[in-house]
Amino acid sequence: MLKTFKIGGVHPAENKLSASKAIEVLTLPKTVFIPVGQHIGAPAEAIVKKGDKLMVGQLIAKSSGFVSANIHSSVSGTVKKVETGPDTSGYPKMGIYIDVEDDIWDEQIDRSAELKSEINLDSAAILAKIQNAGIVGLGGATFPTHVKLMPPKGMKAEVLLINGVECEPYLTSDHRMMLEHGEELIVGVKLLMLALNVDKATIGIENNKQDAIAKMSGLVAGHKNISVVPLKVKYPQGGEKQLIKAVTGREVPSGALPISVGAVVTNIATTYAVYEAVQKNKPLFERVVTVTGKTVKNPSNFKVRIGTTVSELIEAAGGLPENCGKIINGGPMMGKAFANTEIPVTKGTSGILIMPEKEAKRSETMPCIRCSRCVSVCPMGLEPFLLMTLSEKQMWEGAENEKVMDCIECGSCSYTCPANRPLLDFIRLGKVKVGALIRSRKP
Amino acid sequence: MSKLFTISPSPHVHSGDSVNKIMYGVLLALLPAFIWSVMMFGLDSVRVTLIAVAACVGFELLIQKFILKVKPQIADGSAALTGVLLAFNVPSSVPSWMLIVGALVAIGIAKMPFGGLGNNPFNPALVGRVFMLISFPVNMTSWPVAGSFGVDAVTAATPLALLKEGIKSGQPVVEILKGLPANMDLFLGNMGGSLGEISALALLLGGVFMLIRKIITWHIPVSVMVSAAIFSGIFWLIDPSKFADPIFHLVTGGLMLGAFFMATDMVTSPMNPKAQIIFGAGIGILTILIRFWGAYPEGVSFAILIMNALVPLLNRYVKPKRFGEVKIQSTNG
Repeated sequence: MLKTFKIGGVHPAENKLSASKAIEVLTLPKTVFIPVGQHIGAPAEAIVKKGDKLMVGQLIAKSSGFVSANIHSSVSGTVKKVETGPDTSGYPKMGIYIDVEDDIWDEQIDRSAELKSEINLDSAAILAKIQNAGIVGLGGATFPTHVKLMPPKGMKAEVLLINGVECEPYLTSDHRMMLEHGEELIVGVKLLMLALNVDKATIGIENNKQDAIAKMSGLVAGHKNISVVPLKVKYPQGGEKQLIKAVTGREVPSGALPISVGAVVTNIATTYAVYEAVQKNKPLFERVVTVTGKTVKNPSNFKVRIGTTVSELIEAAGGLPENCGKIINGGPMMGKAFANTEIPVTKGTSGILIMPEKEAKRSETMPCIRCSRCVSVCPMGLEPFLLMTLSEKQMWEGAENEKVMDCIECGSCSYTCPANRPLLDFIRLGKVKVGALIRSRKP
Repeated sequence: MSKLFTISPSPHVHSGDSVNKIMYGVLLALLPAFIWSVMMFGLDSVRVTLIAVAACVGFELLIQKFILKVKPQIADGSAALTGVLLAFNVPSSVPSWMLIVGALVAIGIAKMPFGGLGNNPFNPALVGRVFMLISFPVNMTSWPVAGSFGVDAVTAATPLALLKEGIKSGQPVVEILKGLPANMDLFLGNMGGSLGEISALALLLGGVFMLIRKIITWHIPVSVMVSAAIFSGIFWLIDPSKFADPIFHLVTGGLMLGAFFMATDMVTSPMNPKAQIIFGAGIGILTILIRFWGAYPEGVSFAILIMNALVPLLNRYVKPKRFGEVKIQSTNG
C-alpha cells in the first residue's frame, strides 16, 4: 500500500496536460516589472533608481528584515522607474521597471550547464548564500527559505522532506524539473541537509509521476541517507502537514510549525534554486512556470525571467484562447485568479492556468443538505459546514473553538460540496476575524 | 486596458456533484425495490407510488409558490424522494386520499415549516408515515399478500406482526417461526409488508449502488444492522424460545429499508462518522427494543425518529478527529 495522509482529501481530475513538454527557455522580454514584495514578510527595499544600469543577477532590492528576501534583476538594462505597478493581489505594489538591453550576466554567476556536485562549504556559508540569493518557497507560499532553515532556539531539525508531490491539477513544473535536473536536485538536497545539519532526507513524489519516481530513485541509489517515497495520489498531499504525515507518520500539532516534529519541507523548484545559488552563485531571478489549460493551444513549461509579463507567456503557449474566462496564478485548487494578463511573473508563480468561460463561473448555490462530505474530505478534520455557519452568523469565538485557524485553505470542502456552497470563502473570513481577535488579546 | 476576466477566490474547480445528482441517485437506488413491489403487489404499487410522489411534489410546489412566495425548487428531487419513501412505507392497499393526507403532513408539517430542504429535523417521509399509522391504524396494518394481486381483498399480517401475536398468545417462538416463510424467502421478499420494505435483497442492491456511487457511507447502514443483530442475538442466545433469531430480525419489517434509505437521509443524520455510528447503533437497538417489548410489532420508523431528535446533540458533542490533536512526538517543542 502506498503511503498517504490519513484524514480527508480529494482527487480532482489531474489534467497534467504539459507533463511531457520539456522545459523551454522563454525569449527575453523587452521590459520587466519586478515587484519588491514577492514573498511572505516585509517587502524588500529598492536600492536602485531611475537611469541605473543593471546586469543580470544584480541586487536591486535589499531584504528589510529577517523574514524578508533580496530581489535581483532578472535582466540587464536600464531602470526606467521605481513605481507602483500591478501584481497578482490586484492592489498596486511597489516595484522596479527595467528596459531590457542585451543579456549581460554578473560575472560571479557560473553559466555553464556542467553539474557541480562537489560541496566545499559549511552550514553557515550555505545558509548565507541561500539568504543572499533571495530564495523563497517556490511552491507558491513564498516563505523565505533561510528562515525555514534556521529553526527557533531549542528546536532541532531531524529530517528534511523534499516536496515533489505537485498535487495541484494541471501543474507540471516540478515534475519536469525532476526529470530534467534530477542530478542537480540531489546536490541541492545534500546542501539543504548540510545547512540543516540533518542526516536524513526523503523525497515524496505522487504515484502519477512514475517516470520521476524512477529517475529520482535511480539517482538516490548511491546515497544511503536520501530516499524516494512514492505516495498515493491524493490532494492536498503537497500541504506541509499532510506531506509530513504521509511520509513520516508524524502529526504536526494544531497551531505548531513543522519543526515541532523535527521536519523541514522544501519543494523541488526551491531545492533547485538552492543548488544554483550555492554551486553556481546564481541568485533567484528566473523560474519554471507551467502555462496550461484545456483550451490552450500548446500547454508548456517555460523557464521565465522574473518580471516577465504573463501575456508573453500565454503568447508563447499559442495565445490567449477566445473563450478565456479566467486566468489563475497557480493551480485550480489554491491558485489566485487575476483580472488581466498585464501582470508580472514573480517568485511565487508556479503556473498560469487558463479556464474557458463556462468553467470560470460557479454554479448556483443550494441549501446545505447536511451530506457531511465537507467533513469527510477536510484534511484537517474540521467541520467546514459549521465554520461557514459560524462565520455567517459572526460567531467568531465559536469559530475559534472549532479550530478555524487550523484550516489550510486547500479548498477540498468547496470543491466537494454538492450544493456549491462557498464554504472556504466564509472560512477565510472567519480566519481573518479570529486572527485579529487572537492578536487583540495579546498584551 | 486589456479585457478583464472573472475573479473569484479558490478553488476554481468543482467535483461536479450536485444535490440533484444525489437525490436522483437515491431514487435510482430505490428502483430494484420498486420493481419487486410491482411484481408482488401489482399496479397498486404503481398507484401508491405515483400518488405519493405527485402529492409531495405538488404540496411543495404550492407551499413555495403561494405561501413562501419563493422560486419553486421542486426540480431538486427531494420532494419526489420523500414521496417514494412515503409510498415504500405503506401497504399497497392504502386508499389514495390517506396517502395524500400523509404527503401533506410530510411536506407541509415535517419539511417546509422548518425552512425546507436541509433544515427539517425529522425525516419527512417517516413523520408522514407515522401520522398515517396512528390516524388510520386499520388500513395501515392490513397488508395484501405478496403475489396475490388480482385476487380481491386477500390480506395478511406481516411476519413481525404474526410473531408478536404468537408470543402474546403464549406460543413458543420456534413454533411460530415454523409457520412463517423461511429466512431465505424473507430475504428475497416473499412476504407481506409495506410496499418497498419486503425484499431485503432488492434494498441491499440499491444500498450497494449508493455505496459504490459514494452517495452514502457504510457507517449508518452497517451500524444499524450490526447493532440490531448483536442486540437481538444476545436475547436469542439467552432464550431462543422467547426471541427470534437475528437473521429473522434483519430481513423482516423495515430494517433494510430503514438502514439504507431512511436512516441515511443526509438532512436528518449526523455529520461525522463517529456520530453516525452512534446514531446507527441507537436505531438498531431501539428497533429491537420496540419489536421485543413495544406495543407495535415493528419499530424502525419510531427508532429513526427518536434518533433524529438526538442528531443536534450528537453533532455538538461528538466531533471528528482533528488533525494535530496529538502529543508532541519529537524531542522538539
